[in-house]
Amino acid sequence: MIDNATPLLTVDDLHVRFATRQGLIHAVRGVGFTVGREKLGIVGESGSGKSMTGRAILRLVPPPGSVTARRIDFSGTDLLGASERDMRQIRGKRISMVMQDPKFSLNPVMTIGRQIAEAYRANSGAPKAQARRRALEMLAAVRIRDPERVYGAYPHELSGGMGQRAMIAMMLIRDPDLLIADEPTSALDVTVQMQVLAIIDDLVAQRGMGLIFISHDLNLVASFCDRVLIMYAGRIVETCRAADLHNAQHPYTRGLLESLPRIDRPATELAVLRRDASWSLDTAEPRP
Amino acid sequence: MSTAGATQPGLRAWLLASAPRSRWQARCGNAYLAWLKLSANPLAMAGLAIIVALLLVVIFAPLLAPGTPYGQNLLHRLEPPSAENWFGTDQLGRDIYTRVVHGAQLTLMIVVLVAILAAPTGLLIGTVAGYSGGIVDTVLMRITDVFLAFPRLVLALAFAAALGPGIENAVIAIALTSWPPYARVARAETLALRSSDFIAAARLQGASPARIVLRHIVPLCLSSVIIRVTLDMAGIILTAAGLGFLGLGAQPPLPEWGAMVAAGRDFILDNWWVATIPGIAIFIVSLGFNLLGDGLRDVLDPKQR
Amino acid sequence: MIDVTGLSVVFGQGAAAVHALRGIAFRVAEGESYGLVGESGSGKSTVLRVLSGLLMNWSGEVVIAGRPQVPRRSRAFHKLVQMVFQDPYGSLHPRHTVDRTLAEPVAIHRLGDVDRRIAVALTDVGLDLSFRFRYPHQLSGGQRQRVAIARALILEPRILLLDEPTSALDVSVQAEILNLLMRLRRERNLTFLLVSHNLAVVAHMCDRLSVMREGVIVEELTAATLRAQEPTHPYSRQLFRASTGYDRAAVDRLEAVA
Repeated sequence: MIDNATPLLTVDDLHVRFATRQGLIHAVRGVGFTVGREKLGIVGESGSGKSMTGRAILRLVPPPGSVTARRIDFSGTDLLGASERDMRQIRGKRISMVMQDPKFSLNPVMTIGRQIAEAYRANSGAPKAQARRRALEMLAAVRIRDPERVYGAYPHELSGGMGQRAMIAMMLIRDPDLLIADEPTSALDVTVQMQVLAIIDDLVAQRGMGLIFISHDLNLVASFCDRVLIMYAGRIVETCRAADLHNAQHPYTRGLLESLPRIDRPATELAVLRRDASWSLDTAEPRP
Repeated sequence: MSTAGATQPGLRAWLLASAPRSRWQARCGNAYLAWLKLSANPLAMAGLAIIVALLLVVIFAPLLAPGTPYGQNLLHRLEPPSAENWFGTDQLGRDIYTRVVHGAQLTLMIVVLVAILAAPTGLLIGTVAGYSGGIVDTVLMRITDVFLAFPRLVLALAFAAALGPGIENAVIAIALTSWPPYARVARAETLALRSSDFIAAARLQGASPARIVLRHIVPLCLSSVIIRVTLDMAGIILTAAGLGFLGLGAQPPLPEWGAMVAAGRDFILDNWWVATIPGIAIFIVSLGFNLLGDGLRDVLDPKQR
Repeated sequence: MIDVTGLSVVFGQGAAAVHALRGIAFRVAEGESYGLVGESGSGKSTVLRVLSGLLMNWSGEVVIAGRPQVPRRSRAFHKLVQMVFQDPYGSLHPRHTVDRTLAEPVAIHRLGDVDRRIAVALTDVGLDLSFRFRYPHQLSGGQRQRVAIARALILEPRILLLDEPTSALDVSVQAEILNLLMRLRRERNLTFLLVSHNLAVVAHMCDRLSVMREGVIVEELTAATLRAQEPTHPYSRQLFRASTGYDRAAVDRLEAVA
């Protein structure tokens, strides 16, 4: 469902800086993009700034980080200038975030059902019974076969895939318009990954949501998303449609594509990515 | 910071070089970085200053207080601080300033000896127990528990009573009661480290358990134990003072600070300086060790590496 | 070179017993590169722990270089078989310089000539000699993994066990490390046993591979078979399809198999 005509989210000239004892770290440097009711992938390696971009949209960058931008606009609401109170209304309700490892993102001392119900009741004042019903509905929507059992289970009692589905249920229960997923399947086995991605795919399509999918896995993003942004050293170096990824122009993208081992390619030496200092427009020394 | 160091000439560049050329250079560089971090902490520096001052007082005691700490002068007993006796005189007319200065040696000796005896013992027992597991762990830890269960002063009293009064026996008694917490700390760290990949790699090279414990695990536990020791030093001084107070540590006429406080308590209402001055000295030195220990914790914390 | 028969590992007892391995059997010829692919819980890492001697509680037969092995291994064994671990941040001692890390195995086995061996080891893995006295926290992930490989190879083993050697590395660094491993294997005629959850890496690096699931080998394939046509066992096919990227239609078929 590609609908670029009415962007949900517009980001313009986003910068995230950290002032540390070792000096200023410029994690995100002038990133700009739009997201409509589509699946947008942001791909990069560690240090590329992709996770920080996702967090900056929700103003979840921890101190000593500082976020500046020319514009962060979500369906008419200015996210950059909004107060913390306004942001609390937006997080979870209009924009949600799913993170990598349910072991760390779910509260270990509360049952799954209670956490999901609480997510529903936060700021909405819905009665407990209704919240419980909605939570069970969401658990069923993420294709958990026994919602009642999972409702009463603790996070450590669930497998990785189940935990991540519970996390998705919790994040989608308030029917947000935009979902930011930061490496949602990286901690999962490959077959489970596919199942969880299918769930995200279906839910996003059904509800007409936008999705920002952040990952280091280029192939996965290319096969799952509609459009792809490639980030390197805090900047976007390439934007294209997922289907066109294999005709990518930027040498970094091409280098990444060529350095991946593939099942269908014979086992010759892999092309090694040669970093060019001009990609980051810095005097950073190339790292081996 | 490290790139800036490379362009400055001299010792600093050598220490901060990003590609050291010898083991010695790498170690010194590491130590220098730790020092930079410590020196950025004003409270830790204050603590270090106090300890350095203590060392200087100990070394230069004869110069700083040329008189004798044992010279009695009953005509001038219990005189308040004056130009002649900076801290006044005690109940036997001895100059308190001289006694405090000479007593610093005793305090430092007690603290250093206890640290040297207790810390390696605790470290060794803890790491061996943690790495071996099984029956060795159980036996060593139950022994540790026995020592830990006694209140320190009571156990020290018992040992001192058994061994006889005197400062050497006081040191032994305090050391015997100080090592259990270090063993506990070392064991906890060892248990966490035991399943690390680098320990597995060492085992896969054929390293013996002794080699692994001594060369791989102990260096990693060392910082926790050092921090514990500096923080405990205040307690050690106070325990020694307590033993001295009860007459089981340093015997008269030694100018041990705790014994001085004990002797002065009869006069505390009218002649406050006899007990209070040595008490302040104990306080300052304990504070110094505490501040330094806190500062070291920030610097040596392995989680930040 | 490696001959495993009826290998079983059980953790725990009674009702809570977990059968990590159930009668595994496979053989690796000398100079061959063999892969073990599986998801979490398949037991592939357990196989490596048994073969390396880290895990001592197993039953079955393990024959390495013609000698049947007992749980407690000899020093000579460690000179023959070495291992590279997954996490480059955890496999190097944080307080030892690169020099110390590499000198240790030489000292344990009393090989002597330490300086030359260290210099050769560093050059072999493509690290400049200026890295010799650095600490691990001054190295990048790829550099640390190179040091780990240098450490494994400094004893001149014949067999290298590799536990997900590139899973914790960035994609661009992965290619370099894989190339390095391939070159070293060619130059020294090493025997590799590579464990990974990444089918593409295993297909790239290995001649033959076994697909594992829940402690059992479900299928043994050659890399050529894997590349040319789809594997035969349903689970292998599932793994294969999931590894080639997201395909909504394929996911429904996946559910049917699981």
